[in-house]
Amino acid sequence: MNLQNIINEIEKVDPEVYQRLDGRRGAMKSFASFSGKVAMAAIPIALGSMFKKAYGKGTGVTALIDETLNFALTLEYIEANFYIKGVGTAGLIPAGPGVGALTTIRDHENAHVNFLKTAITSLGATPVSFTAASFDFTAKGAFADVFSNYDTFLAVAQTFEDTGVRAYKGQAGNLMANNDVLTAALNIHSVEARHASHIRQMRKARGASVKPWITGKETGIGPAVQPAYNGEELTTQANVNIVGINGTAVSASAASEAFDEILTKEQVVAIVTPFFA
Amino acid sequence: MPTKNLSDKDVLAVPGGRIQSLSRRNFLGYLGGASALLVTAAACKKDDNNNDMGVDLGSGDVGILNYAYALEQIEAAFYTKIFESPYANITPAESALLGDIRDHEIAHREFFKTALAGGAIPTLELDFSSINFSSRDSVLAAAKTFEDLGVSAYNGAGKLIMNPDYLVLAGKIVSVEARHAAYIRDLISNGSFADNTVVDAMGLDKSREPSEVLTMASSFVKTKINASNLPTS
Repeated sequence: MNLQNIINEIEKVDPEVYQRLDGRRGAMKSFASFSGKVAMAAIPIALGSMFKKAYGKGTGVTALIDETLNFALTLEYIEANFYIKGVGTAGLIPAGPGVGALTTIRDHENAHVNFLKTAITSLGATPVSFTAASFDFTAKGAFADVFSNYDTFLAVAQTFEDTGVRAYKGQAGNLMANNDVLTAALNIHSVEARHASHIRQMRKARGASVKPWITGKETGIGPAVQPAYNGEELTTQANVNIVGINGTAVSASAASEAFDEILTKEQVVAIVTPFFA
Repeated sequence: MPTKNLSDKDVLAVPGGRIQSLSRRNFLGYLGGASALLVTAAACKKDDNNNDMGVDLGSGDVGILNYAYALEQIEAAFYTKIFESPYANITPAESALLGDIRDHEIAHREFFKTALAGGAIPTLELDFSSINFSSRDSVLAAAKTFEDLGVSAYNGAGKLIMNPDYLVLAGKIVSVEARHAAYIRDLISNGSFADNTVVDAMGLDKSREPSEVLTMASSFVKTKINASNLPTS
């Protein structure tokens, strides 16, 4: 089937296809409404052909979305395997509400892995794959007792969750061309933030000096995880100073807490690299 | 009487009838960054006081930012009111963290007000009469409603935003709202931070369209809000 035939097929369900393809921006933005009109099985083909038409080569926006989703999938594999191992390690988690909470979080991370695998496949790309053997959760010895000391385990969990929140936030712009994918990523992003909040409360209950939100660039853990928190101390947003804004009593701490900050992909990769075997 | 509001597309009207292919993103791209917000905001400024249609949030990214500003007004006013006479037996820990949340919401509200400048909607008249502020249960139930609703509102609004910088800003706020939501939920019932009433079997949080959010919030807002010019995709 050549490209013209594909376009002809699309035209049967979307008479405006030619109009949609008249510019790169138009093609990018139109996919969201377009996807509802085409049979699910046809979407990867339709999408691919649209962007081939718009970009001339099979790179560009679709490749960026595939790459971004595989990056997200990689992070979810780290988290899922971490909680699978933790919840499955006898004697690590004390009896009580922590068992239920960590099981819930484990199940969410597994669900995220499965969701992203399906999404990537449906876009016609190949999902990355990792197994338990792919990871070293001691981070080359930095957290040697991660699966024998509950406080270490929770500290690493906090770092993964807070990093995940920052990572998704940093990638959202790369998904703007596909409304469905962007919304799904945002719906994962806020779940990671809910996890982070709860893990931080669990640590607080065990004596750690943390709140459900991130104050300044405080880790509440130590220098080993500082890169995951650097930049969170920002108190200016879009050139607006949040401290004492409009005569209010908003402190520097509150100003930094009120906005979570992004991490770039490169920063995230640097943070998680020690956790790969 | 209803006022006709200038939308981005109106501003961008060009001869030749190719309006449909010229998106808001193009428009913002032409103007570039923050200046686009100011120009578009000026174009959307309107008389809100003599309008049967209610306060118009406006169109395009400005409309979405006003939508967020409206929600933050509700949250900030709610948490401020809690501290006018805190419920009985509020613990020091609760008081400290609910105070943090109040300050975060005030920061969000004032940020939007400042960023929108002349394009900002006015201060909304709110109605919290359904909340018993002397009751911990009533206060926390309302807080849970507001925080979960806020998370779903930002999640649903992301796709409607055209400027990537504003998408990041919304992202910076929504995760803090989610942290609040989880904390409030755990105060009500420890372990409910992400239960199946908000997170589905695929591990996804809720997202809601502006119309649904505003309907759910309407009992707390006396001022009529007109969201009819907001983008829909």
